[in-house]
Amino acid sequence: MQDLLYFSQQLINGLTIGSAYALIAIGYTMVYGIIGMINFAHGEIYMIGAYTALIAITGMTALGLAWLPLILLVALICAMIVSSSMGWAVERVAYRPVRGRHRLIPLISAIGMSIFLQNYVHLAQGSRNVGFPALIEGGFTFGSGEAFQMSLSYMQITIFITTLICMTVLSMFISRSRTGRACRAVSQDLGMASLLGIDTNRIISVTFVIGAALAAVAGLLLGMYYGSVDPLFGFIAGLKAFTAAVLGGIGSIPGAMLGGLILGVSESMTSSYLSGEYKDVVSFGLLILILLFKPTGLLGKPEVEKI
Amino acid sequence: MLEVQNLSMRFGGLLAVDQVSLDVQEQEIVSIIGPNGAGKTTVFNCMSGFYKPTGGKIIFKGKEIQGRPDYKISRLGMVRTFQHVRLFTRLSVVENLLVAQHRHLNTNMLAGLIGTRNYREREQRALDRAAYWLERVGLLELANRDAGNLAYGQQRRLEIARCMVTEPSLLMLDEPAAGLNPAETKELNQLIVSLKEAYNVSVVLIEHDMSLVMDISDRINVISQGCPLASGTPEEIRQNDDVIKAYLGEA
Amino acid sequence: MVKNNLGHAAFCAIVTVIISFPILGLNLEARGVNITLTGASTSTYVAILVAAATVFVFQTFRDSLMGLLRKAPKLNPISRKQPMERSRRVKLESWIITGIVIFALFWPFFVSRGSVDLATLVLIYIMLALGLNVVVGLAGLLDLGYVAFYAVGAYTFALLSEYMNISFWMALPIGALLAGITGMILGFPVLRLRGDYLAIVTLGFGEIIRILLNNWTSLTGGPNGIGGIPDPTLFGMEFGRRVKVEGNTSFHETFGIAYSGEHKVIFLYLIALVLAVITALIIRRFMRMPVGRAWEALREDEIAARSLGLSRTAVKLSAFTIGAFFAGFAGTVFASKQGFISPESFVFLESAIILAIVVLGGMGSQLGVILAAIAVTILPELAREFSEYRMLIFGAAMVLMMVWRPQGLLPMRRTHIKLNRQE
Repeated sequence: MQDLLYFSQQLINGLTIGSAYALIAIGYTMVYGIIGMINFAHGEIYMIGAYTALIAITGMTALGLAWLPLILLVALICAMIVSSSMGWAVERVAYRPVRGRHRLIPLISAIGMSIFLQNYVHLAQGSRNVGFPALIEGGFTFGSGEAFQMSLSYMQITIFITTLICMTVLSMFISRSRTGRACRAVSQDLGMASLLGIDTNRIISVTFVIGAALAAVAGLLLGMYYGSVDPLFGFIAGLKAFTAAVLGGIGSIPGAMLGGLILGVSESMTSSYLSGEYKDVVSFGLLILILLFKPTGLLGKPEVEKI
Repeated sequence: MLEVQNLSMRFGGLLAVDQVSLDVQEQEIVSIIGPNGAGKTTVFNCMSGFYKPTGGKIIFKGKEIQGRPDYKISRLGMVRTFQHVRLFTRLSVVENLLVAQHRHLNTNMLAGLIGTRNYREREQRALDRAAYWLERVGLLELANRDAGNLAYGQQRRLEIARCMVTEPSLLMLDEPAAGLNPAETKELNQLIVSLKEAYNVSVVLIEHDMSLVMDISDRINVISQGCPLASGTPEEIRQNDDVIKAYLGEA
Repeated sequence: MVKNNLGHAAFCAIVTVIISFPILGLNLEARGVNITLTGASTSTYVAILVAAATVFVFQTFRDSLMGLLRKAPKLNPISRKQPMERSRRVKLESWIITGIVIFALFWPFFVSRGSVDLATLVLIYIMLALGLNVVVGLAGLLDLGYVAFYAVGAYTFALLSEYMNISFWMALPIGALLAGITGMILGFPVLRLRGDYLAIVTLGFGEIIRILLNNWTSLTGGPNGIGGIPDPTLFGMEFGRRVKVEGNTSFHETFGIAYSGEHKVIFLYLIALVLAVITALIIRRFMRMPVGRAWEALREDEIAARSLGLSRTAVKLSAFTIGAFFAGFAGTVFASKQGFISPESFVFLESAIILAIVVLGGMGSQLGVILAAIAVTILPELAREFSEYRMLIFGAAMVLMMVWRPQGLLPMRRTHIKLNRQE
C-alpha cells in the first residue's frame, strides 16, 4: 500500500510535468511538420511567456487586483500575446530569409536566435532566478497518519485541465477550420499547397504563432508549478519538449502529447527511485535510444528516402 | 552478367514493382521504358542498393546482391546516374572525379599525411584518369570550375564521366537525355555507344526519348504500373500491341 | 506601393513594441520574499519607440529601400575588381598564415603577461574551431556537443596527473586519443541519423557528459573540479620557483637567470602555438587527401557519394573522430593552462561559441576560422564595457550571418588542381 501510494504520487508528478512538456512539444512538432526545421529558439519563447506572465501578475498585484481568476486570465493572455508576437517575429527575421537553403543554415540561425533571446532576457531582467508566487495552493491528500501521504494539488489539476482544453481546441482548429485544413495541406506538400493558392507564408506564420501561444500557456503553468523563473529556464525545458516531440513522432500532434507524458513520467520515476541528478541523463538517453531504434518516433510515419 | 529475377518492391500498401525480370549480357545496352510512374526508377534503386527489395533476386557476376548496402554494390562495378543530376556542386569538376575514384586511391591516412610514394603514385594516376575522361566528355577546360556552375548538359556529361572513372562493368543511366537539346542528345547517343564498344561497359538505360532508345538499345524491357509488359529487340517492341496500348491508352 | 505597405508596417511596429516593452521596460526585482515591478530608465522607453518607428519606416518603404540596398554593392570599389586568380589567392592565404605564425612566435616577448595568457586561450579556441571545422564545415555534421570531447581531453590529463602522476607530454597524446575514441564510440550509433537529429543527439551527449562530471564526485570532484594540474616541463625543467617533482630541474636555475612567472606563461603560449600550427597543418593536409574529399562529397550529396562506393558510416566516423581528437588535444592544453578544471568550463554555451567561430569564419575555411577565433575571443576583452553583450551579439551575428552571408566572412577556396592532357 505504501509503495503503491508512493508510486502513484510519482506518476501524478510525472504526468503533470509531462502534460506541460507536451504543450511545448506541440510547437516543435508543428513547425517541424511544416518546414522541417528544429525551431531551436522555441524554449526561449516559452521562457519569455513565463516572464511575461510573472510581470503581468506582479503588475496586477501592485495595482491592487486580488480576484485570482482575473489575474490568471490576464496573465495568460498577456503571455500568449507577447510569446506569439515573439514567435511571429523570430520566424520573420531569422527563419523566413533562410528557408529552403541547406539544412544546416536554418538550424544555425535558430541556435543563434536562441542564444540571442536568452541574453536579451538576461540583460533586461538579470540572470538571477525570480520567485513566482504560488497563486493556486492546496489540494487533496490521500493516505493517513504517519504513513506516506499522496497529494494531488489544485495546481496539478489546473495543469491537467488547461492542457486538456488547449489540446482539444487545437485538434478542433486543425481538423475543422479553414486555416487548420490549410495547415495540414502545407505540411503534406508545401510546394503543391502554394500552387493550389494557399498562402504558405501565412500558414507558416500561423504555425509559429500557435506554437508560441501554447508555449506561453506552459510557461505560466510551469512557472507557477516550479515557483521561479530565470533566463535559462527555457533551454532545458525546450530540450525536454523536443525530446518529447521526437519520442512521440515528430510532426504528429497526438505523438507530442504521448511523448510528453512518457518523458514526464520517466523523469519523475528516475528522480524518485534513482537520483534527481540523473533525470536529464535518462531523458537524453531515452531520446538517443528512440532515435536509434525508431527514428520516426512512436506515432510518426516511416520515411522513404527520396532519390 | 546481370540478372534480375522476379524483383518486387512494396511500399506499405503500394506494390511499386511487381515481378520484374531482366538480364544484361556483356557489352549490351538494355533499356527500360514505360509510362511515368511505372516503377522504372524504383527498379534502379533496388538494383543499386538504395532500396531493399521485398522480393526477388538480383545476381551480378554470379553473386546475389539484393539487399546489400549501396556502397558495396557500387564497388562491385555497378554504378548509376540519377534522374535529377546529383553532383557535388560546391566541389570542383575534377574533385568530383577524384571522389569517385576513392576506392582506387590509397586511403590510409598515415600514408597520406606522410605522402608515401604509393600514395602519390595512386593520386597521380587518379588525376590522369580524371583528365582523360574530362577530355573525353569535353570538360577538360572547365576542370577547376565548381561543378554546380556548369551548364545542364555539361553536368549530365560530368555525371557520366564520374561513373566511368570508377571503371565499372555495368553503367545504369536514369533518363540521361532529359533536359538535353537535340544536338546534345545526339552527342549522348554517340557517347553511350562508344562506352559499350570501346570500354567494354554494359549499359542499362531508363529513357523517355524513344528515338534514342530505339537507336542504341540491343534489347528493351517495357514495364507498366510496376509489372513487366514486354521485352525484346527494338523492332519487336515497336510492333507489340500491348506496348502501343500502354503508351497510347486504349482509344 | 507605399500605401499597401502601411498596414503591414503598422503591424510590425506594434509587434516590435509588444516584444520589447514588457521584457525591457518592466523589470522584476526581488526584495526579500516579495517581487516588485520597477520601470526602466527613460532612455529604454525612447529606444523602444525609436525601434518601433524604425521598423515602421523600413516596412513602409521596404521595396525602395531594398532596391537601394541592392544597388549599394556597386558603390563598393572592391566589388568591381576582378577576383584574384585562384592559385594566387591560395598562395596569398598561405603567406598570410605564415606571417601570422612568425609574428605570433616573437610577439609574447614584448607584451604583458595578461595578453600572453589571453593569446594562449585564443590558440586553444583556434584548435577547437579547426577541429570542429572538420566536423561541421567539411563533413556537414552539426555537432552541438563538441565541448564533451574537449572535456574528455581536459579531464583525462587532470585525472592522470592526480592518480598516476603523468606529465603533460605523456597526457597530451593520451588525452587526444581518448577523446578521439570517445568520439568514435559515440559517433558509431548516431551517425546514421539525419542532420538535425544528429544535432540534438550530440547536444544530449554533451549534456550527459557534463552531468556525469558534475555528479561522479568520487572521481571528478563534482562541481568542485580538480586542481593542482601540473604545468608542462621543458626536457625535465620545471617553470615553478621550486621543483615539485623529484629528478626535475628548474628552468631559471639551469639557465642561470632570475625566476620570473612570465617564463611559464610564455612557454605555455609557445606550446599552444606549436600545437595549433600542427593542428592546422594536419587538417590542411587532410582536406586534400581522399578522406577530406570524401567528407565534402558526403556533405554535398550523400546519396551520390554512396552510389560511388563511399561508405557513409566510415566517412562520417572519420570526421567525427578526427574532430574529437583535436578537441582532446585542446582540452589537455586548457587543463594545463588553468591548473584547475571543473564542469563549469564545459557547458553548452562553450559548444555554441566554438560553432559561432566556425560559422563566422566561413565553414571549411581555415584562415577564416583562425581570424574568427581571434576576433571572437579578443573583441570582448578590448571592449570590456560591452562584454556582457558578448553572447547577445554572438547570437545576433549567427542569425545575420546565416541570412546574409552563410558562407562566412572568408569562404572556403577550392585548391586549383593541375591536370595533364591524356592521350
